[in-house]
Amino acid sequence: MTASLLAGAAAGIAAAVQAGTATAVALVAESFRRGREVNAGRDGLNAFVSSDEDLSRALAASAPCGGPLAGVPVAIKDNIATTYLTTSCGSKMLQGYVSPFEATAARKLREAGAVLIGKTTMDEFGMGSSTEHCAFGSAKNPIDPTRVPGGSSGGSAVAVAAGICPIALGSETGGSVRQPAAFCGIVGVKPTYGRVSRFGLVAFASSLDHVGVFGRTVDDAALALEVIAGPDTAHDATSAVRESPALRHVARDLEAMIIGLPREYFPASLSAEMRDRCDRAIAALRARGAEIRHVSLPNTALAIPAYYIIAPAECAANLARFDGVRYGVRIDGDGLVGMYEATRSGGFGAEVTRRILLGTYVLSAGYYDAYYRKAMQVRERIRQDFAAVFASGVHALFTPTTPTPAFRFGERSDPYAMYLSDIFTVTANLAELPAMSLPIGRVTGLPVGGQVIAPKFAEADMFRVAYALEAELGQAAHR
Amino acid sequence: MSHGRYEMVVGLEVHVQLRTRTKVFCRCSTQFGDPPNQNTCPVCLALPGALPVLNGRAVEFAVRSGLALGCAIRERSVFARKNYFYPDLPKGYQISQFEMPLCEHGFVALASGRTIGITRIHMEEDAGKSVHDRFAGYTAIDLNRSGVPLIEIVSEPELSSSAEAGAYLRAVKEILLYAGVSDCSMEEGSLRVDANVSARRHGEQALRTRTEIKNLNAFSNVERALEIEFARHCAVHDAGGAVVQQTMLYDADRNSVRPARSKEGSQDYRYFPDPDLPPLVLSRAYIEGIRATLPEFPSARRVRYRTDFAVSAVEADLLTAEPSLGDYFEVVARGSGDSKAAAHWVMGEVLAARNAAGAGTGIPVPAEALAELIRMVKAGTVSNTAAKTIYATLVAEGGAARLIAERDGLLLVGDETSLRGWVDDVFKENPDEAARFIGGERRLQGVLIGLVMKKSQGSADPQKLSQLIGERVGR
Amino acid sequence: MAVSRDDVRHVAALARIGVAEAQLDALVTELSGILAHMEVLVQVDTTAGAADEPAGMPLAADEPGSVPLARAREDGAPKMRDGFFLVPRLATHDDGERSA
Repeated sequence: MTASLLAGAAAGIAAAVQAGTATAVALVAESFRRGREVNAGRDGLNAFVSSDEDLSRALAASAPCGGPLAGVPVAIKDNIATTYLTTSCGSKMLQGYVSPFEATAARKLREAGAVLIGKTTMDEFGMGSSTEHCAFGSAKNPIDPTRVPGGSSGGSAVAVAAGICPIALGSETGGSVRQPAAFCGIVGVKPTYGRVSRFGLVAFASSLDHVGVFGRTVDDAALALEVIAGPDTAHDATSAVRESPALRHVARDLEAMIIGLPREYFPASLSAEMRDRCDRAIAALRARGAEIRHVSLPNTALAIPAYYIIAPAECAANLARFDGVRYGVRIDGDGLVGMYEATRSGGFGAEVTRRILLGTYVLSAGYYDAYYRKAMQVRERIRQDFAAVFASGVHALFTPTTPTPAFRFGERSDPYAMYLSDIFTVTANLAELPAMSLPIGRVTGLPVGGQVIAPKFAEADMFRVAYALEAELGQAAHR
Repeated sequence: MSHGRYEMVVGLEVHVQLRTRTKVFCRCSTQFGDPPNQNTCPVCLALPGALPVLNGRAVEFAVRSGLALGCAIRERSVFARKNYFYPDLPKGYQISQFEMPLCEHGFVALASGRTIGITRIHMEEDAGKSVHDRFAGYTAIDLNRSGVPLIEIVSEPELSSSAEAGAYLRAVKEILLYAGVSDCSMEEGSLRVDANVSARRHGEQALRTRTEIKNLNAFSNVERALEIEFARHCAVHDAGGAVVQQTMLYDADRNSVRPARSKEGSQDYRYFPDPDLPPLVLSRAYIEGIRATLPEFPSARRVRYRTDFAVSAVEADLLTAEPSLGDYFEVVARGSGDSKAAAHWVMGEVLAARNAAGAGTGIPVPAEALAELIRMVKAGTVSNTAAKTIYATLVAEGGAARLIAERDGLLLVGDETSLRGWVDDVFKENPDEAARFIGGERRLQGVLIGLVMKKSQGSADPQKLSQLIGERVGR
Repeated sequence: MAVSRDDVRHVAALARIGVAEAQLDALVTELSGILAHMEVLVQVDTTAGAADEPAGMPLAADEPGSVPLARAREDGAPKMRDGFFLVPRLATHDDGERSA
């Protein structure tokens, strides 16, 4: 009973717990049993950085059972602060660190009745697209464990894809929810910037960071986003003064909707199979009544260069607080400066170090105008590209989420080749737009995702497209 | 002095703590003197995941300061990160303003008639405190101050002597006290000064290389340090050398200025707009609303006191040095109808009583009570001497001047029967003096009046008494 | 703009990250490689108007109410004594680089 419940929808779990036909405690036990079954541990999928069944059972016993997520086991990325388990950001710098305060998104999940079952594996501080940059080992793709699950929120995607929990929180700065969702064959949502409070999300690049959600289905993701969205201006000055949107009751047809296909997202280099899966999805959208229109976002090619100026610059400042003084690791050296340098070179991994140095360089005297200021201006042009398309009557855009399915471990050793994994996703972060990935089929046996991008705060339209596409594709989404 | 050929050029950076209850980016207390790190939270400890949210009162005080100092207020200003490592700077950057500060283009008018330009006033957060002498081998960090709201007031390099720098600082402090935005206490660190100084030949237009002096913890030290550093610059120029742009530290104990040991290249602060804080957008109506609540400032008040209350320039300076003292004086002057006497009382007895009670206790005796007392002196109901006794009682016990005078028998006695009785007694008791006085020895009048005053225990009305005694001559 | 060994040393010092001499060449290659991809930005004409959103920022009331700490500051700190965080004694306790 509980096993089949866990394999079903989050809303079904909550209904059963509310009705008293299932308990949160039993669901925790089932979630951990499922974890053992799929070998989610260190020697297997390595989905979690920290997890403790006794603790989760205790949390379940005291969880409110009237909320919209009553008894639903959830995994949370290890860079979202929780007062239980670690918040180590996949970094040696914060190994074993337990936060003394709770992120707004984590608090809202808990208050809705969800039960934390583990903090998930991630690229260190969110910097990476594969979880290979986690100080505590990579997570593995449950569909093919020789391949990466994507990143940086790889562990959360694995936990959902492997059936350990129906919902998980991730975060993204350039596609770190949508890309692993695509690689693992599940749904991943990045809401509008400001829609979900960043309070308690350990910052990588503040102007690009978002809390996002994973679900096995569009409806699970909608339910989770409804719970965590909403204003939090007392704790996050970038939080939008917008009530949480109603996402689960949108229309399921696409009559009178115009969906744009930006030509820059369908390059000649896209494989024939990938193109075929996209065409099938586009046909599904049309079948549901949508008008398909070809559009152009001319500055798309500038997105990765602009992103890799802005994100490292913000990261260099955001990660300056890890200095061995108040919390985290301290490694002694020669005097104070020696302590700083030993702590920061010993605490940060190679990718984080690279980005801090890059960010420091582009902000340093003489380079600010050429790099940072220029990148911010280019970012504005990318925003204007989207604004112009949406102003022309297009309601949402459809694109592939990634150029390829999941790659093998070690396959992308050149940093810039890895950065290109984010080529279709970074634009929505730069433009602060809501975007989500949902399964549209398999390529060479591996899942690939389709991306829906909507105007700012138009999550309801985005979900309308996603619900319709999911329903129209049916089982084809996983073939 | 040998540097007579040179002119001093000074610009000052004044850091002022705004008088808010809570910090600028979190809701921790700004209380001074609490146990170390007690007033800290995820935000001011820079814990992973914490974010800043701007204190509206701090903005209001900063705008108020800008308006008080004649600045234009930007309707859109931007917070920036100033990046550097220091153990009492928890985030590894200070949130400040760089390219678009809140206030620009202000000025301060000095008593000398010169006007000193203010380049900008920006908002920023304070760092914590590093304690170096408490634990052997360690520096101890207290972050209670971390995140306390500050404004930095940057003057143009237009001050041309140490005395003028001192006058500028006193004027700025006075204005901010009037505006009610800060306690401006150097002892408690709520006002701090850094001075930029250079020397150039008289008549020279270009500025020469400057040095910055830090660690100035009293206005008098600013003046001393400027003189020392200016003399050093002059000597370097005279010897044909070049002044090196660097940070200097003032040592108050030795009254000396020496270079700070800073690392090469460490001044690259890599400012960029803080992505955690959207631009601060203020409406014209908000700014004008604050302007409407600004008090009258001391320079305007001084002019008014001299015309309306006919006080001297020196008195006007003294009475306007503190806003509350001026307010008090005005009530006393109007209530008593004698502004001259009111000024004497406020600068004399009132200040003495306030100082005796200690700082921060406010002015003793309600202004209305003092006004009544002055009216009684004017009407001849009490003597000047008795009034001082009554004032002392008002300070100690409170109450009303007239009731105290009656209770303690301090009213002047002016009725003829009582006065004649005392005069008769004195003349009887001192027949020799009385006879000589009546015989024409007028200089004895003072002695006799004194004797009557003594008999009446000071309550005899001196005017009527001298009239009565005068009538005895030649009877 | 190619990055030099001195550039890497300089930014590593600014970022307080200890970088061994042996790592320098690899970092020079990596950072120069990444920055080469950024050169495309320099060519972009960005003279057109910038954002004009007067979005503004929420302001908090000046009332006590900081986020409480669920565990003591001492629990996560590398070294604390008598309520102070301790760091190796500063060589120059008047380090001129800090601002007032």
